[in-house]
Amino acid sequence: MLYREAGDYKKTYAEDSQTFPLKLDRWSYYSIVFLALVAVPFVINDYWASAVLIPFLIWSIASLGLNILTGYCGQVSLGTGGFMAVGAYASYKLMTSFPDLNILIIVLLSGAITAGVGVIFGLPSLRIKGFYLAVATLAAQFFLVWLFNKFEWFYNYSASGQISTPTRSMFGYEVTGPTASAEAKYIFCLVLVIGLAWVARNLTRGRIGRSWMAIRDMDIAAEIIGVNPLKTKLTAFAISSFFIGVSGALFFAVYLGAVEVGEAFGIQKSFLVLFMIIIGGLGSILGSFIGAAFLVLLPVLLKNIMVGMLGWPIDLAAHIELVLIGFLIMLTLVLEPHGVAQLWRVTKQKLRLWPFPH
Amino acid sequence: MKLTKLAAYAVAGAMLASPVMAELVFPSLSYRTGPYAANGTPVADGFADYMTLLNERDGGIGGVMTNVIECETGYSTEKGVECYEATKGEGALIYEPLSTGITYQLIPKTTADDIPMLTTGYGRTSAADGNVFSHTFNFPANYWTGASVGINYLLSENGGSLEGKKIALLYHNSAYGKEPIRTLEALAEKHGFDLTLLPVDHPGQEQKSQWLQIRRERPDYVLMWGWGVMNQVAIQEASNIRFDMNNFIGIWWSGSENDVAPAGDAADGYKALTFHAVGTDFPMFDDMQKYVVDAGLASGTGEHVGTVLYNRGMYGAMLAAEAVKVAQEMHGTADITASMMRDGLENLVISDETMAAIGLQGFAPNFTVTCQNHGGPGLGAVQQWDAASQSWSLITDFIAPDMDVIQPLIDADSAAYAAENNIEPQCN
Repeated sequence: MLYREAGDYKKTYAEDSQTFPLKLDRWSYYSIVFLALVAVPFVINDYWASAVLIPFLIWSIASLGLNILTGYCGQVSLGTGGFMAVGAYASYKLMTSFPDLNILIIVLLSGAITAGVGVIFGLPSLRIKGFYLAVATLAAQFFLVWLFNKFEWFYNYSASGQISTPTRSMFGYEVTGPTASAEAKYIFCLVLVIGLAWVARNLTRGRIGRSWMAIRDMDIAAEIIGVNPLKTKLTAFAISSFFIGVSGALFFAVYLGAVEVGEAFGIQKSFLVLFMIIIGGLGSILGSFIGAAFLVLLPVLLKNIMVGMLGWPIDLAAHIELVLIGFLIMLTLVLEPHGVAQLWRVTKQKLRLWPFPH
Repeated sequence: MKLTKLAAYAVAGAMLASPVMAELVFPSLSYRTGPYAANGTPVADGFADYMTLLNERDGGIGGVMTNVIECETGYSTEKGVECYEATKGEGALIYEPLSTGITYQLIPKTTADDIPMLTTGYGRTSAADGNVFSHTFNFPANYWTGASVGINYLLSENGGSLEGKKIALLYHNSAYGKEPIRTLEALAEKHGFDLTLLPVDHPGQEQKSQWLQIRRERPDYVLMWGWGVMNQVAIQEASNIRFDMNNFIGIWWSGSENDVAPAGDAADGYKALTFHAVGTDFPMFDDMQKYVVDAGLASGTGEHVGTVLYNRGMYGAMLAAEAVKVAQEMHGTADITASMMRDGLENLVISDETMAAIGLQGFAPNFTVTCQNHGGPGLGAVQQWDAASQSWSLITDFIAPDMDVIQPLIDADSAAYAAENNIEPQCN
């Protein structure tokens, strides 16, 4: 019998409260991680890494970040693009100011700087919520983009306002810059994704995560039972912004290599990440990945089917792709308003009961 | 995760289908969708049609057929990366991305992959320094020479002095629009005019406040670095405040039929720079009509033939094709690689004879590319829109830019890039 607790004895509390209580789940998780870390680097080429996997991993980090804030703590944010820009420009300034600093430290520091900025823009959340907070964070989006466009210090006084990433290595392998290999870039992003997803998962099921969810479900009740809204909301903003900052730094340094703020981190990026978590599933780690896959991988897949396999004209394919993605978004939301992750949750319930429905 | 696997099969299937035959591959990173589609479509058509013409009329270049692989970028840098990675393995000889943002991204990548890139009239200006930018070419003109040509034209209009004049720069707030600022600032200092900077954010539909400012400050001239829908809106707004169109000059990317058409008669007299001629008054266009349009092989509907942007796309294809010929001769093989293509570009000579052989005599100025100079002479002319006849006409000869101002700026910027990326000078 598949997918049963039966036969999987838990002897300690730690075992009992692990993330994947079922053996099948656990082993499939381990095997996916193993495959992604060990097998995939041997088979990917530049196209697979740069056009498919790296953007997927980076957007997964961003949607994990926004899911912490919106899905777990209930604070709607439209400032994701702006916060990603903070991460990108912070990593650029750090890379050019401290050439000897390790790239991993730079990425994490960029996340930390973004966390600080996120806390500042999170302050209004103490007084306003819902749509009003969305508008306040929208202001952050526009302000940050304007800031990085306006002050030349942020882009080291380059003539065009473009920032370009210098080459940085880790353990002797280049991970940024034009000559970095696809495998090195992929593994660098993957390790960060695995680490950050692990942090997110464990934060959200611990004390901090529970206080976030308490605030999300009913802030007054949460306050009455002793959850400090100031601390809770601001930690959510800080940690969420940290994730988004890391994704912004990777987006610039590893994925694109050169960005200009208005084009790369505009308002459409804020919406993109918001759609990812809504489609994937609010308040779900798996949902963040599914949402990122839906909005990053599906367009590439559709394009390759329509242009590569069917040989359609590219402009027709691009328009049909927009229509199809829109249709699929609506279909998903009509059939499963709680996101694709909920579909998986229901499937798991059904599987456990199968073949006896009651 | 399931989607990843599905995508894997799909792409693997698509990649297996590529043919193995000697051909010259020209990827065309085009955009026929999005806010810049109105301008991206004719350029892509011109590029593709010229390559089709070479195949149909001459049987390719030097006996090897050309193959244009088009990839839709939507003017987005992320899709640009995807397109680059998807096409570079197909034997790509040269990239012409038609986007300054994508150009910036591809400069280091193409250099690492040993594929040349040609950015005619856009991209990173300091790439004109071939000593530092070994694989990037931006002949025959670039933004800084464009800015200088514009100012030189105004100087000639004003008897050689712009002292005390007010000039406003209305620009797309991106790498593209910011490029000319440095040159214009240097020129403002030299010629004593006031420069006002008016950024317009992507995509450029909202320009009320900028034009309000123009109305208040009454600049003598407005220069525009716009693209896509921004051009159309700007010209419409200028006519709304009754700004004299004779004093409104766009860069070559702000001077196509698509840009002036929506304003109707009000756009009459609007000026724009250009680095090639307009119209179809050249023998080559007869062949184009015969072999491509009438044969039903045109990339678009054929209606764009002879328009400003179509001619520009065609010109880009023509320069690439000429470089192929040079490379074939240099290396003694018809089936050249991207690395040979780079040599071809670096030794390209466009003379009256080459232009006449193509059937485009007088279409664009002559120039010679060298290892040091990847930028050409930067000549530009001024064209003016006549709303009654719905046509552009050149109102000046090709004007030379003020290289005394530009060359130090190019040297400084390329030196900074070389220092940042540890680049050794490639020319001896």
